[in-house]
Amino acid sequence: MTYRAPTGDLAFQLRHVAGFAGVAALPGFDDGLDELVEPVLDEAAKLAEDKLAPLNAVGDRLGATLQDGVVTMAPGFAEAFDAFVDGGWKALPFPVEHGGQNLPWSLAFAVAELWHSANLAFGNCPLLTQGAIEALVHHGTPAQRQRYLHPLCAGRWTATMCLTEPQAGSDLGAIQTKAVAAGDAYRLTGTKIYITYGEHDLADNILHLVLARLEGAPPGPKGVSLFLVPKWRLDAKGHLGERNHVHCLGLEHKLGIKAGPTCTLRFGDDATGEGAWAELVGQPHDGLRCMFTMMNNARLSVGLQGLAIAERACQQALAYARQRVQGQRHGQPTALIGHADVRRMLMTMQSQILAMRGLVLTAAAAIDHAARHPDALVRRRMAGRVELLTPIVKAWCTDLGVELASLAIQVHGGIGYIEETGAAQHLRDARIAPIYEGTNGIQALDLVGRKMRLDQGELPWQLFEELRHELRELEVEGAHDLVRGLRPALANAEAATRWIQGQHGHDDDAVSAGAAPYLRLMGQLLGGFVLVRGLRAAERLHRPDLPWRRAAARFYTEQLLPPASALLPAIIAGSTVLDPSLFDA
Amino acid sequence: MKILVPVKRVVDYNVTVRVKADGSGVETANVKMSMNPFDEIANEEAIRLKEKGAASEVVAVTIGEAKAQETLRTAMAMGADRALHVETQARTDTELQPLAVAKLLQALVEREQPDLVIMGKQAIDDDSNQTGQMLAALLGWPQATFASKIELVEGGLEVTREVDAGLEKLWVKLPAIVTVDLRLNEPRYASLPNIMKAKKKPIDKLTPEELGVDTAPRLTYVKVEEPPKRQAGVKVADVPALLDKLKSEAGVI
Repeated sequence: MTYRAPTGDLAFQLRHVAGFAGVAALPGFDDGLDELVEPVLDEAAKLAEDKLAPLNAVGDRLGATLQDGVVTMAPGFAEAFDAFVDGGWKALPFPVEHGGQNLPWSLAFAVAELWHSANLAFGNCPLLTQGAIEALVHHGTPAQRQRYLHPLCAGRWTATMCLTEPQAGSDLGAIQTKAVAAGDAYRLTGTKIYITYGEHDLADNILHLVLARLEGAPPGPKGVSLFLVPKWRLDAKGHLGERNHVHCLGLEHKLGIKAGPTCTLRFGDDATGEGAWAELVGQPHDGLRCMFTMMNNARLSVGLQGLAIAERACQQALAYARQRVQGQRHGQPTALIGHADVRRMLMTMQSQILAMRGLVLTAAAAIDHAARHPDALVRRRMAGRVELLTPIVKAWCTDLGVELASLAIQVHGGIGYIEETGAAQHLRDARIAPIYEGTNGIQALDLVGRKMRLDQGELPWQLFEELRHELRELEVEGAHDLVRGLRPALANAEAATRWIQGQHGHDDDAVSAGAAPYLRLMGQLLGGFVLVRGLRAAERLHRPDLPWRRAAARFYTEQLLPPASALLPAIIAGSTVLDPSLFDA
Repeated sequence: MKILVPVKRVVDYNVTVRVKADGSGVETANVKMSMNPFDEIANEEAIRLKEKGAASEVVAVTIGEAKAQETLRTAMAMGADRALHVETQARTDTELQPLAVAKLLQALVEREQPDLVIMGKQAIDDDSNQTGQMLAALLGWPQATFASKIELVEGGLEVTREVDAGLEKLWVKLPAIVTVDLRLNEPRYASLPNIMKAKKKPIDKLTPEELGVDTAPRLTYVKVEEPPKRQAGVKVADVPALLDKLKSEAGVI
């Protein structure tokens, strides 16, 4: 199934929902950024459609393979990676001095949607490399930045995030990998699992960012430090030198994203006992904070993956629904799309895809404002907005990614369940996104815990105030059909927020029990407002797709918001019926 | 050697073209537009000649509405050095016809004095396949059309052409007009840094009036309509019935 990059909607939402003109006017960007949107998206679309998308099924079928410690990617991936590097797509939002392009995060996110839709397993490679670049830009020493950033941004290096160990998954305080000082460097010994692109044959070198524990470090999360471990060490001139002691012991057999190697990595040489050569990044015992620099943007990027996979699955379902003749409408044979229930499924996908895209781009634009706005107060407010939106974007969009990929199979009927059709791959690929970069459960806890407490609990209320303002404008304009769905959802979100903030310090278990439905309500609510923002812009511009956008907004507010709004009782139900003793039997 | 590359903005080849309700042409409002694929190949060839050291400058030219500038930016992102934009409100798929385009290009050739004009053999909107030939005639230059290979030989170009009988080789002296076919090369993807650099490359704006060219259409479009829908076939009982139909109804045997 061919993939067509939705560059039209991306450019439209980037401009008119996420406010790209405001982003482009921020200090430090080149002039005329606004004119770059279409050329950049169009050229990225060529690469995504022509090179990456055709490899999606091949990668799924053949996967990456491991033999004698060497990981070989599926055929075609090396050429695709070369085209990606040669095109200069690795480091859009990073400084020119390091080989980046100094473009806004919001444009970078718009472009990245295309990579993830075309080939999610491929998209993970640049995603992780970007995370490492981000961590080094913020926490690397000048020497580290000088040595490592350019090949990561502009050259043929990739990077990993090595967090998980067999006993340390979501609880990173349980990490056991050891670091021992050796001269001006360190030696690392330990085993990491689930390392995405931990070993492969695409890059000249792989830079691992590794969480480990220094000798004598305090127990728990406050004793974890961040290290960089290159697969190939550099000599004094910066050329690739000695092979470091980091080796791939195994590849996981996964449900999806099979083309992307998920590795077990052994740090250190078991024969000699010599650890892997490593450099410290940031301060000792400050590893989690440094790692979260990269994880936060990576979380938004994983939310983007949820959207991307939904878009791809929806395109496939729509194409099939148009083509497959089955049953009758008004006494005539009809394609599936002639049946209202099929159109209901398609609109469920399309309207939520529009909403997710608007929300992701809004969050990405907030990153740009938080980093560059001349007014410190605005920067602070936007940084808070990113904090609040990050868990919502990550969990809401990835949950929807799975739901909509499943719905896309449903549109197909029986043939959707057959692997050759290709619809099933999207569901299998989508299933990882609610898990990695902090499970959606962790995201929900982050939202009801830390994010509800930051800035004296003001973050959600600042947002609600803006939404109330928009609601009033909609009323003045007479958009009562939209207001009918938005108002109760907003009221219930406010009530839920009040309840959660009231429970802090009293019954944290009750808050945790309602965290996931609260996040769902917040995602669905914000998605609704974003969708309406797009609709109003489309009205102003008299876009030809206005009828469709109007229908999508109405469908969403009338049919998808009420069930989310009805989550209020579940959010405030408490944890009585979830008492641990009930699970003893 | 200086090379002029005319590039045309057309409906993207992936778009399913729809005829306008009034039958006056095809719908182009809010339709994805991009560079004529044959022109992309011509531009690629010009850039390769420059990269080989055979050419010193590649100048892209387009004729069309203000938005046609996007096509020039694409040409420059691929590697053209600068661009000329002849701005006109005329619809370039119907109202601005090959003879007018050839005359505009003739005027530009006289200003720019290129050694080679390399262009697509046709545009995928009107499919005329006339402009290159007309331009050669107007200038009195040699032409080599449907090129599938171009080599510099003895101060001229040896051009391999795709003709009905197979391949034909021509040698043309410069200056010359070359129109290119699909198999000449595979155009590159523009890299992100080059897309950004292209924003800063100069575009000179001109008008047909400044060039002294009358662009009034010489042909009248009577009507544009969709091709007839394909009719359902019939099933025949056996081979004799098939033969009978082929003889009596289709008249092909």
